[in-house]
Amino acid sequence: MSGPLLLVWQSLPQMLMGAGYTIELSIGGMVFGLALGFIVAMMRLSRNRVLERIARSYVSFIRGTPLLVQLFIIYYGLAQFGLRLNPIPSAMIGFSLNVAGYTSETIRASIDSIGRGQWEAAYSIGMSPAQAMRRVIIPQAALVALPSLGNTFIGLIKDTSLAATIQVPELFRQAQLITARTFQVFTMYLMAAVLYWIISSALAHGQERMERRVSLPAHAT
Amino acid sequence: MIEASGLTKRFGGHEVLKSIDFSVARGEVVAIIGPSGSGKTTLLRCLNYLEQPNEGRIRIGDVVVDAADPQKQKRKAVHALRLRVSMVFQGFNLFPHRTALGNIVEGPIVVKGEKREVAVARGTALLAKVGLASKADEYPARLSGGQQQRVAIARALAMEPDVILFDEPTSALDPELVGEVLTVIRDLAGEHRTMVIVTHEMSFARDVADRALFMADGAIVEQGEAASLFRTPQNDRTRQFLQKFLREGQYSY
Repeated sequence: MSGPLLLVWQSLPQMLMGAGYTIELSIGGMVFGLALGFIVAMMRLSRNRVLERIARSYVSFIRGTPLLVQLFIIYYGLAQFGLRLNPIPSAMIGFSLNVAGYTSETIRASIDSIGRGQWEAAYSIGMSPAQAMRRVIIPQAALVALPSLGNTFIGLIKDTSLAATIQVPELFRQAQLITARTFQVFTMYLMAAVLYWIISSALAHGQERMERRVSLPAHAT
Repeated sequence: MIEASGLTKRFGGHEVLKSIDFSVARGEVVAIIGPSGSGKTTLLRCLNYLEQPNEGRIRIGDVVVDAADPQKQKRKAVHALRLRVSMVFQGFNLFPHRTALGNIVEGPIVVKGEKREVAVARGTALLAKVGLASKADEYPARLSGGQQQRVAIARALAMEPDVILFDEPTSALDPELVGEVLTVIRDLAGEHRTMVIVTHEMSFARDVADRALFMADGAIVEQGEAASLFRTPQNDRTRQFLQKFLREGQYSY
């Protein structure tokens, strides 16, 4: 085996270990981010002015500041006040908060997109607002939100590479470490790119399949 | 059966309902007619609080909702009210993510806590009643407008309401589909169900309703036995509104 290929082969275990963190951060960030995003969306839709304001400011801040800066605040910034979080929890928190900011808007818009008639139909058979939301609105809104949540997820997979800057031993970080040792810059970063590509393609494929499955009944013609 | 008094609804500064008094007896079928913007749909929607009246009270059995009640008390009463009053919408408003049968059993199971088997058995019977026994597993997107509206009627019936409100149930339908929906409503009238129907189908209203009510500018201008209101309206505005209908009625003789 020649030089670059041999290096790829030899780096594979370490890179895959990094990819494991990448996947973990992506899925974790998405799951927690979605849960939090849902709460933020509910706050934005709430009639309570204070909650609505808080949610709006939150979204504005998250969307108006770089993710890299957010990660630095959590990992380096909080340490100054004695709150020393490990790299992986810091990254998980940072990604979750960030994803929440974006998905809350997606969720809010998709809930808004469901017509008033559906609410009224739910109320007319005696449902409470919570029942209407859970049984009628969310199942339909989820279909609307899915493609755009999928995009957020794909974006997140790639954004997890920023965690390299706060010492998380994820995929990109591993590429950097191997590069520092071997000076095979092109090979290692290309290898990282290919691995990201594989991960995001696989997850995108999964998302497409899910979309097709859930959207079938409502859109059958 | 259901009794409303002093119902007033304002949108912005505009008074769309002007202190309406209105009641329906058990087993009575009431048709509400009138020009667009007369407040007839708003009146109907106030009866189950899809529209919150600014003033007035609604009573059905021992449930009383007064617009002046404190929010919390009102919320409870409105829920009780809606359990007794079902609604059929102009735009059907079926749940697109549930099958025809799924739409029908949703309320009984989720709201009333009925056992699934019980709800399904009754829902299946209701589908048969509206002539759609074979469509139980179809999604609304695969049903015609007339079929969707019949499912919506079955959904309303499934709640075993005391009163069913129909908000222009055939206005969104292609002409050739109107008949099948009217037939179902006519059958319900034959069973002496209490119903309030806002409609533009004049001959249907005349034939099916016991009482007809003509509204204009947020007030009930004239009401009376349906047959006579359509034959010999007393008020000028009613006459004017019914002119075309009366004339065509004469032509057909």
